[in-house]
Amino acid sequence: MIQEKLYEDLLPRKFGRPGKIWVTVLVAICVVAAIAYYRQLKYGLSVTAMRDYMSWGIYISNFVFFVAISLVGSLISAILQLTQVRWSTPLTRIAEMIAVSAIIFAALIIIVDMGRPDRFMNVLIYGRIQSPILWDVIVITTYLALGLLFLYIALLPDLAIIIRQKGKVEAWVYRIAKILGSFWKGTPEQWKLQKSSIKILTLTIIPVALAIHTVTSWLFALTYRAGWDSTNFGAYFVSGAFLVGAAAVVVAMYVFRKFYSLQDYITDAHFNNMGKLVVMLALLYLYFNLNEYMVPAFKMKKPEEQHLRALFTGDFAPLFWIVIIMGMIVPIIVMLFPAGRKPLPMFLTGILIVVGAWLKRFLIVMPTLLHPFLPMSNVPDSYQHYFPTWEEWAITAGSLSGALLLVTLFARIFPIIPIEETIKERRKEELASLNQEYNELDETKQIIKPTPHQAYK
Amino acid sequence: MKDNNVSSSTLASSRRSFLGELFSGNENPFAVSDEVVQETKEKVQLLSVEGYVIEIDKAYLKPVPDMSVPLTVDGRKGIEGRKFVMVIDLSRCKNLKKCQSACNKMHFLGEGQNWIKVHAMKDAEHTAPYWQPTTCLHCDEPPCVKVCPVDATFKRSDGIVLIDNERCIGCRFCMAACPYSTRVFNWEKPVLPTAVENSAYSPETSCPPKIGTVSKCDFCPDMVRKGELPHCVSACPNGVFFFGDINEDAVTNGVETFQFHELIRDRAGFRLMEDLGTKPSVYYLPPVNRMFRFEEGLQESENSPVTKEESDS
Repeated sequence: MIQEKLYEDLLPRKFGRPGKIWVTVLVAICVVAAIAYYRQLKYGLSVTAMRDYMSWGIYISNFVFFVAISLVGSLISAILQLTQVRWSTPLTRIAEMIAVSAIIFAALIIIVDMGRPDRFMNVLIYGRIQSPILWDVIVITTYLALGLLFLYIALLPDLAIIIRQKGKVEAWVYRIAKILGSFWKGTPEQWKLQKSSIKILTLTIIPVALAIHTVTSWLFALTYRAGWDSTNFGAYFVSGAFLVGAAAVVVAMYVFRKFYSLQDYITDAHFNNMGKLVVMLALLYLYFNLNEYMVPAFKMKKPEEQHLRALFTGDFAPLFWIVIIMGMIVPIIVMLFPAGRKPLPMFLTGILIVVGAWLKRFLIVMPTLLHPFLPMSNVPDSYQHYFPTWEEWAITAGSLSGALLLVTLFARIFPIIPIEETIKERRKEELASLNQEYNELDETKQIIKPTPHQAYK
Repeated sequence: MKDNNVSSSTLASSRRSFLGELFSGNENPFAVSDEVVQETKEKVQLLSVEGYVIEIDKAYLKPVPDMSVPLTVDGRKGIEGRKFVMVIDLSRCKNLKKCQSACNKMHFLGEGQNWIKVHAMKDAEHTAPYWQPTTCLHCDEPPCVKVCPVDATFKRSDGIVLIDNERCIGCRFCMAACPYSTRVFNWEKPVLPTAVENSAYSPETSCPPKIGTVSKCDFCPDMVRKGELPHCVSACPNGVFFFGDINEDAVTNGVETFQFHELIRDRAGFRLMEDLGTKPSVYYLPPVNRMFRFEEGLQESENSPVTKEESDS
């Protein structure tokens, strides 16, 4: 039976050897990060390389990166679904998992960046709505809630499958499924509710996703500083977010496909389609980059000039051009060709895009802070440069590892490919081919054809 | 100038206009009282609001009562009826940084922290360089206050922008928002004398500074309450800084006193980055007819302690 094979392939499985090594490495990095954070709590932010001019560092650029990557949840599971793009169905859960993990770590890394994390509650007690930080708190928590709901509600039919297939999963996985989903009986009312809930979530998650990254861009754009003072920032950030998110999904698709042997479910056609999507998003992002740099560069206003020169030909030039070329232009060229949209080249360029996107966030935050309006006077030399300390690197690496760990553990407990959805899609495909056969018969033999519904039922 | 000398009998009506009142607190220590004053025959010259130099008997001067510094709740209210203003005369600055060292000492600032910075400015290739001290500009449209998520930094009715270090969460958004880069952060635990460390926090003194929070120039409202000038003003030997009240239309550097509007008018006063719309409370007088050559200040910066610190770290 087709169903039996699906269960066999898609129900959660034990980690193999690579899986165990992977988890061990991630946990080890998180432990180092915890030690670094302990030191930061003890000695304050002085353990970082941030100082008065460089008052935001890689914690903030990493935060922007996380928020960016989390937008993919809305792209794959909302925008593509609403526009009736059916091929992306097996990818929705991967996208949603990445989105939820990323947004959780975005929130955590912001707390890490606070000088007084012990006063976090002040944000709720004294919060003032005029501050963009409050807007960010509101939209990020909303997005997290929507993402979790989306993930959970879409998971319910699959939890029912896990419960039904008790013997095929470990007892603890079964128990988690039972706790989370035993109320789901699959009655018509429940299906109706589930469908309409998902529809509502699909619709609401799009504006909220746009809001999280627009507000994040406003944390910068609402200041006066050269390189941030831009009306282009919201669109620029959102387009970059879709690009990095799509690339992250490509990387995850490749890894899951390889280690879970999902060739039948994540096919070359999926990579091909994702490749076309990535090319479009990369072109879009390149367009916004052109706006962001060409417009001020043409005028070269004095404060902008220092900043742009540092990027184009100065201290930040190697990084700047690596990001533009490796993170945007090379992926576009590779993925324009069908051979470039095969799984392996897609995986490699996907990594280029994700790494480029992380560095890009660094370039958005640091150079601007190092080019204030007034000269950097009367400060020690160390205040005029920035290179993160080991604590900052460790905590940043820890947050990235933590997000990956969440995705990994999720895939260990729940099906990464929606089983119930896949069954339905397969049936629809069967139906479509059946329908086509009838059509062909129809043309040649002129027999009376039943409607597809009758044929199926 | 016929009214240059006002007899002591007409004093009661003009008492409110004494410059001394500038530096008093909420209560007016010069309020009319029935107290009989024994004149000493020793005369003192003062400047009235109308711009006249008036002479009164010293006996009419009373010390301003020492008012306690308000803590976090009352520190949010401004000193009633006041709108403080500063004028910095760029023609007099030679980068001595006495302002800075006095400020750092009195506010217990740590290494690398300076609320007052003295910038070597040179606007273009063929324009003349000059020294430009910056304090917090106490903007009337303060970008830092707009972005603060917890109302830890606030604008008072007397124009002063202060920080509640017991509320600040250390997000440093205000530092990014300030176009003048005047804010400093307590990256590490401040090293303080025990008495200061154990005192209750007041936004007016910004003491004791606390780890993980932002601080900046506070215009020394605690000194104003004592009837004294901010530390930078009294520390500057060249009289660069003038402090005063725009409602009283008077500013002083401790030695000279001017009508604010006349000084700004006659000396073509301006504010920094006017185009940003921040409306600073600090005005500058352009570096014309200078007291010192710019190069004299270069020697000063070589002797300054900051350059020595630059080598370590």
